[in-house]
Amino acid sequence: MAILIDETTKVIVQGMSGRIGRFHAKEMIEEGTNVVGGVTPGKGGETVHGLPIFDTVREAVAATGAEASLLFVPPPFAADAMMEAADAGIKTAVCVTDGIPAQDMMRVKRFLRRYPRERKMRLVGPNCAGVISPGKGFMGIMPPRIYAPGRVGIVGRSGTLGYEAASQMQALGIGVSTSVGIGGDPINGSSFRDILELFEADPETDAVMMIGEIGGPQEADAAAFVRDNMTKPVVAYVAGLSAPKGRKMGHAGAIISAFGESAQEKVEILSAVGITVAPNPSAMGATMAEVLGKKAAA
Amino acid sequence: MDIHEYQAKEILAGFGVPVPRGGLAYSPEQAGYRARELGGDAWVVKAQIHSGGRGEAGGVKLCRSEDEVRRYAATLFGRQLVTKQTDANGKGVYRVWVEGASDIAQELYLGFVLDRKSERIMLVASAHGGMEIEDLADEDPASLRRMVVDPAVGLAEYQARELAFSLGLEGGQIAQMINILRACYRAYRDLDSTMVEINPLVITGTGELVALDAKMSFDTNALYRRPQIAALRDPSQEDAREAVAADNGLAYVGLDGDIGCIINGAGLAMATMDMIKLAGGEPANFLDIGGGASPERVMTAFRTVLSDGNVSVILVNIFAGINRCDWVAKGVVEAYRAEGLTLPVVVRLAGTNVEDGRRIIEASGLPLITADTLAEAAEKAVAARPKLAA
Repeated sequence: MAILIDETTKVIVQGMSGRIGRFHAKEMIEEGTNVVGGVTPGKGGETVHGLPIFDTVREAVAATGAEASLLFVPPPFAADAMMEAADAGIKTAVCVTDGIPAQDMMRVKRFLRRYPRERKMRLVGPNCAGVISPGKGFMGIMPPRIYAPGRVGIVGRSGTLGYEAASQMQALGIGVSTSVGIGGDPINGSSFRDILELFEADPETDAVMMIGEIGGPQEADAAAFVRDNMTKPVVAYVAGLSAPKGRKMGHAGAIISAFGESAQEKVEILSAVGITVAPNPSAMGATMAEVLGKKAAA
Repeated sequence: MDIHEYQAKEILAGFGVPVPRGGLAYSPEQAGYRARELGGDAWVVKAQIHSGGRGEAGGVKLCRSEDEVRRYAATLFGRQLVTKQTDANGKGVYRVWVEGASDIAQELYLGFVLDRKSERIMLVASAHGGMEIEDLADEDPASLRRMVVDPAVGLAEYQARELAFSLGLEGGQIAQMINILRACYRAYRDLDSTMVEINPLVITGTGELVALDAKMSFDTNALYRRPQIAALRDPSQEDAREAVAADNGLAYVGLDGDIGCIINGAGLAMATMDMIKLAGGEPANFLDIGGGASPERVMTAFRTVLSDGNVSVILVNIFAGINRCDWVAKGVVEAYRAEGLTLPVVVRLAGTNVEDGRRIIEASGLPLITADTLAEAAEKAVAARPKLAA
């Protein structure tokens, strides 16, 4: 069933009345996503694209049975909106918002831990492109047509570099089960490791493309998970070989500030556990094709 | 966002951290006056720039007379101070801090940082301070004490006490240290800081703890709710190009190469730079034009990249999601005409409205070099560089 979203997932959009929320909700509906409503405090009772708008997430969940929420909420209010979704019983939330203070994200992560495992909301993002299961549905801002349906999972920090990987794979006839953007912030809801775990358990995913970048410990954590728990092949690429130390490269989290955070060091860590690392960003698709070929031959 | 040492000391003193008495000067005369005002017979004169390693670079000096303070300050003002942490141009000195010299018995290290692994605040300390934390981690890693603080609970008194004892402090110093730790933690939390560092935190000859240096950085995403911090921004310490780019919604980082880059998305921008390097070239910059880029923003991106005199080729690589290739193409064509460009421009477009974008590039009749893939774009950009005269 792919991961995180399929054609049955009932989705609401927090911030659907805004210009950006309205635009992307339309794209999602056109691609077959099961969008059931939206939330904008103070706009309850209105409709957007023929769908009901609610004042609170709790009302939206009660009325529509929504399980997933996509957030287009401005940075000052985003942390609160994520906690609202978690408390209203949303299972999967995807936050696109860029520019959320790090201490707000600390608070959100702490808040999510108050729920028992079966009630705990899975958060993807913030500062991410979203999640797409091609042909089934998506929550995010990606151009859906560059993804062919298939059996390879993609997980990456960067939106556009994920598009690049998907289109290289599409050109080689390789399709995608689900593509997940985990976002470029230093503190995010789901790590590489979290998403790899979902792909490993997904019967419709055969292999995973993991796209990392400089900064932070999450690629190293993912490497340990792959070594100990993954049976499916993983292909990786790490962006930022030419990034200087101590400079923030666009993403708030893309900064080399400690040992093991440069692209070279991450490539070594990933290679050491048997992950096939693409030699350059133009070879992500070809490297995946090679690994799938080997797997088929084995 | 970084601030100056004297600003960090003022903030931390407000939370209860003991700091030496001192005064700020904008001229050598004022520096001399500050020394007289402070009294005593020895002063430390410190260049105020947004960088560590000032001492080794000659930006800090112990002076024994008011005249020496004035003369040394005169050598600092207007100077570009190059430290281990700055680039080759260094940072300009426009402010000087004068403080009474302290009697130092021992130097400690104290830092609060965002720990991405635990997603909490980490406290790092050492009884062996005075050198940069990177060097300390190399030279005496065993001296480093680390402690994770959960922001939901705050820094517990027992944690501060444990740390104080483990650093070998005794008597009244224990209580002083606990106060300093709690003050730094509150400053970190209340002001959306990303780093608070006191290095060195000294034990004076009479056994008192004093913050001899202080450094603070702040979360730029939180400046909207910290106007008093945002007001401390000092444009003289920023790269002018990066500052102008940021004001126009572009993330720009200047580098040493000659291939100017205009790209959407931080990951794709880094990957394109990697590809240029692998193709045998050197990128002149990192530049992310962001989502929903208008032709005007593309124009601004061109102007920003061109303000670097080393640029000999421009590579535009757009994989449009919320961007639109037709808008970007329009911006490229307009910029090329408006700037009267003669240098080679390589354009690779993919994603939303790519056919429209390519049509605009073709119909322009301009000598733009087009590429279909990332690899092709990088190779063409490297090949398009003017050959050096043999």
